[in-house]
Amino acid sequence: MKIYRIHALICAGGQCISAGGNDFEAALRTEIQKHGLEEEVQIVETGCMGACEMGPMMVVYPEGTLYIHLQPENAKEIVEEHFLKGRKVHQLMWEKAEGHFPTLNEVPFFALQTKIVLRNCGVINPENIEEYIAYDGYTGLAKALGEMTPEDVVAEIEKSGLRGRGGAGFPTGLKWKLTAQAKGDQKYVVCNADEGDPGAYMDRSVLEGDPHTLIEGMAIAGYAVGANQGYVYCRAEYPLAIQRLQKAIQQAKSAGLLGNQILGSRFSFQLQIRIGAGAFVCGEETALLSSIEGKRGEPRKKPPYPATCGLFGKPTLINNVETFANIPVILSKGSSFFNAIGKEGCRGTKVFSLAGHVKTTGLIEVPLGITMKEIIYDIGGGIPGGKVFKGALIGGPSGGVIPSSQLDVPIDYEHLNTLGAIMGSGGLIVMDESSCMVDIAKFFLQFTVGESCGKCTPCREGTRQMYEILDRISCGEGREGDIEKLESLGKVIQDTSLCGLGQSAPNPVLSSIRWFRDEYEAHIKKKVCPAGVCTMTKITTNKEEPRRGRKKASTRTIT
Amino acid sequence: MENKTVNIKINGNDYTVDGSLTILKACRQAGISIPTLCYMENICEEGSCGICVVEVAKSHTLQRACITQVYDGMEIQTNTSRVRQARKTILELILANHPQDCLNCAASEICELRKISYDLGIDETPFEPTKDLDLPLDTTSPAIVRDLNKCILCRRCVKECEIVQSVNVIEIAGRGINSKVSCFMDKGLGESYCTNCGQCIKVCPVGALTEKNDVDRVWDYLADPKKHVVVQTAPAVRVALGEEFGMPVGSLVTGKMAAGVRRLGFDGVFDTDFAADLTILEEGTEFIGRLTKVLNGESAHLPLITSCSPGWIKFIEHFFPKCLPNVSSCKSPQQMFGAVTKTYYAQQKNLDPRDVICVSVMPCTAKKYECLRPEMDDAFDHWKDKLMLKDEDHFQDVDVAITTRELGRMMKEVGIDFEHLPEESFDSPLGESTGAAVIFGATGGVMEAALRTVYEVVTGQALPKVELEIVRGMKGIRTADIPMVSADGKEIIAKVAIASGLGNARVLLEEVSNGTSPYHFIEIMACPGGCLNGGGQPISNDPNVCEKRAAALYSQDEAITIRKSHDNPEIKKIYENYFEKPNSHLAHELLHTSYVERDLYELEKEDN
Ligand SMILES: Cc1cc2nc3c(=O)[nH]c(=O)nc-3n(C[C@H](O)[C@H](O)[C@H](O)COP(=O)(O)O)c2cc1C
Ligand code: SF4
Ligand code: SF4
Repeated sequence: MKIYRIHALICAGGQCISAGGNDFEAALRTEIQKHGLEEEVQIVETGCMGACEMGPMMVVYPEGTLYIHLQPENAKEIVEEHFLKGRKVHQLMWEKAEGHFPTLNEVPFFALQTKIVLRNCGVINPENIEEYIAYDGYTGLAKALGEMTPEDVVAEIEKSGLRGRGGAGFPTGLKWKLTAQAKGDQKYVVCNADEGDPGAYMDRSVLEGDPHTLIEGMAIAGYAVGANQGYVYCRAEYPLAIQRLQKAIQQAKSAGLLGNQILGSRFSFQLQIRIGAGAFVCGEETALLSSIEGKRGEPRKKPPYPATCGLFGKPTLINNVETFANIPVILSKGSSFFNAIGKEGCRGTKVFSLAGHVKTTGLIEVPLGITMKEIIYDIGGGIPGGKVFKGALIGGPSGGVIPSSQLDVPIDYEHLNTLGAIMGSGGLIVMDESSCMVDIAKFFLQFTVGESCGKCTPCREGTRQMYEILDRISCGEGREGDIEKLESLGKVIQDTSLCGLGQSAPNPVLSSIRWFRDEYEAHIKKKVCPAGVCTMTKITTNKEEPRRGRKKASTRTIT
Repeated sequence: MENKTVNIKINGNDYTVDGSLTILKACRQAGISIPTLCYMENICEEGSCGICVVEVAKSHTLQRACITQVYDGMEIQTNTSRVRQARKTILELILANHPQDCLNCAASEICELRKISYDLGIDETPFEPTKDLDLPLDTTSPAIVRDLNKCILCRRCVKECEIVQSVNVIEIAGRGINSKVSCFMDKGLGESYCTNCGQCIKVCPVGALTEKNDVDRVWDYLADPKKHVVVQTAPAVRVALGEEFGMPVGSLVTGKMAAGVRRLGFDGVFDTDFAADLTILEEGTEFIGRLTKVLNGESAHLPLITSCSPGWIKFIEHFFPKCLPNVSSCKSPQQMFGAVTKTYYAQQKNLDPRDVICVSVMPCTAKKYECLRPEMDDAFDHWKDKLMLKDEDHFQDVDVAITTRELGRMMKEVGIDFEHLPEESFDSPLGESTGAAVIFGATGGVMEAALRTVYEVVTGQALPKVELEIVRGMKGIRTADIPMVSADGKEIIAKVAIASGLGNARVLLEEVSNGTSPYHFIEIMACPGGCLNGGGQPISNDPNVCEKRAAALYSQDEAITIRKSHDNPEIKKIYENYFEKPNSHLAHELLHTSYVERDLYELEKEDN
């Protein structure tokens, strides 16, 4: 292995690339060549580093200099000053205080995180299995196959306290146990990489930045539950993720870490990628399985749960990408390591995508049980522009709003539930005083209305009715009783929808009414939007409004 | 594990029930009714409507009774305010996007949505429509009208078409509020491979699916003094029509039916049963012909498959066109009757065939399609040269086919007090029939009727027992071996099979298609249970409706002295005076037909 003097890690996550990261990288390579530094500087393309708002970004080791907002024209200066003369280019670095330029590990955004799932993202070259192995990769699988029975593996996961990261937080060990105990000649392991929540991209980051951790996690799962076939159901919108995962699968196969008789054991495990059509509801596990089977992606009744009757009617373990990414660490470092992170009932970390009115946005991984305040102010750096925090929507489009009075509540499944929010996919949108809660609720409800599969009445008809009422309110046409109508209808939708989409769709509305009722009342009674967002009049466009109802009392008979 | 009993609580009371039951079934056993809309046992268990929700202790959401299995220790509440509020809200949501024109809705009387809304005390929905409720009707089908405005997306029709009929021509398309029941490529039902069986109509809880209403055309003919309008009533109509007037399921109303139609003003009140007897002679002869050939080592297409059911015919034309040579060339009784009316009958009565109108009352929606088939105008071709008919004189053998339900509506319209009508008989000559013809209305009936005649022709002896119990019943597929000894002492075992419902038909057809069918003779009816459960029959929620109607048919068979088709004196006469003998040249011209090889997307092909 060659020894380089300098390692330049360039973030090749989606957002850095779309901000022009590739052009910078090309310029950097040219400059390095020009100065004959090819033998001294190694450029590594990594997965998403998380601080997406700072991109395109690069970390230069050994010392960990963090360069942000890079443009091609910066390449020359970095090479000539930093790489040749050892002088850091301060104007391209993150400045904490006047004249203070911290290294990566001193930047609070990074320093306050605890990385398990994203441990390799931004650190290794995702397209190189050797780098993954160098960072303890596949030791968990080796340990499982070499030293443990499948029951041991299940027990270890149970002890870790890991819960599913796909949204519902179902205890992972229990799910594995149920699948392992289910009777069936054929079993499957499925990874849910549908990530339909438009604001979340942690699964994508793992797939793009550390695909081997998913492969290892799924192989361990296959061993534990007795499955020899796995599927990764990935949305079509993630071509880079699919490409990297495909490459990683090939590499793992060649290395004997996937395929027949893995690591010389009697365990065989095949892995295939299935590409999804992109509907949000296809992320719901039963809809996802129908979709893999080639049927309309629609939720089906539960029970039977996939653990007993899943893909093609066979016992199937289905977990989220982030859930699987935890597995190798739990096995290699032991459940006690994992168990020490987080709090009783919610062990380990959760990745959130921090967005909205906060200074540093991006992907963060934090121990569960952390407070919202710590996330927003300590990691995110607070609200920009001297504005006042108003609320944070957690859990994606069907999440709930948390007001400032609740900022100290620890973030875990149970507390979020009592606040009317959910962990969901881990979307976290911070809103300052300029946001209107009616408008926010309407915005997110619009998403779920559009994504409802239409199978069950409460979700199909009910969410649409809620949307109509919100629309009315935001146009200044709210009526007395609308709030109560939203509340009672919302409760019925939560209570009677067939799948999680409908059951959680009213959350943004109900939670915002709960904490910001006065704002709704101002819209309805005073016809004003306190935040000044809603137009409060009906905007008439040239577009013909869709016709509603019947034009006339019909006297038609069936002809 | 599945059959273990479990202890559950329903509304505070303890019950021990079979652990494989759903909450719905357990509650029904306990005498507690739970409303449902989308549920059909074993057919539609999707849980889509949400009306049946109940409270289950420790579940944080309400549970659907129809798809949730009971477990030991389950505590169910069916009647809390939370449950009632949820059901009411769901109904209100449905009603918001449902045109409430109950006054002129064809399904008004049987509408389950209306009934549940009434039962749950809905007076007005607080919600406004969110959809365009003035979509045009789909009237492309000759048999079925679809009104998507009324559709409540329960999916019962989709499942019926898929699970029971295996046709799969309708499906859910689109998502969310835009989802709808759609035909392949969003075409009209009439432009698809729909078989017109009408089973979807029978399961629609609202008026979104109805038969094409041809009542007005019948009134117009009846009002035209130039026309001689005759009516034929199919075997299954007489065991169902009474239900339209509140009589119990399975009431046999042959005499009242004849009296009723007569009061509508028809010039001849006849019985399709007459043509059923004719069918037996034609088809029986065809069967014996093919069987003899095969027994003599010659080639012939066996099994012979019956052709009375037009939904079935369209099904095989689309799905198994290569098997068409196995289908009997006999027309259905409706069409034989039409052809005979406009030839033999017209001649006897000295009527210009152009002035004879043949109306049929059928348990079937597919008959509306059948009478329109271009192959079904043999009477016109028959007269064309003789009477020097021009193209604009063209007439169909059967002019209009209406369903049992439509006949009921006509009688109501003129205020016929059906229950108190006297018993009357059919007119002569096309009103005479046998017990064999009556049982055509039940699955297995054609087979039994045919065997009564075939056995006698082959063996020279009467069946040991005229009732062939072995081919009766409501099981979807039935088979039997019928041993016969021919007059010259040869032993023959006729292997027969009977299927009703197109899903079952498909099973037998797969065998015919791949050459493994062991049978000589197969009877197929498109509708499960046969014509008595046809798509045009009164819609009943009696779970034993098929058995009851069948019992009525068999009782009529027993009550008739002549029980074999070849003993029908009018049939003997028509052969003596007109057709000469079964399968004669004239019989082939008027009583037999041919079929069309179709593929599933024929109209797409035509478009291109
Ligand atoms: C509407 C809807 C969308 C969902 N989308 C996703 C998704 O994109 N990714 C995911 O992992 N889980 C999603 N889920 C959750 C899955 O149904 C399922 O709970 C999860 O994949 C289980 O994995 P876990 O136990 O590892 O969390 C969704 C659920 C619902 C109701
Ligand atoms: S809750 Fe919504 S997405 Fe889920 S099954 Fe019902 S209609 Fe489909
Ligand atoms: S008439 Fe029969 S084939 Fe046609 S849609 Fe209805 S059930 Fe399907």
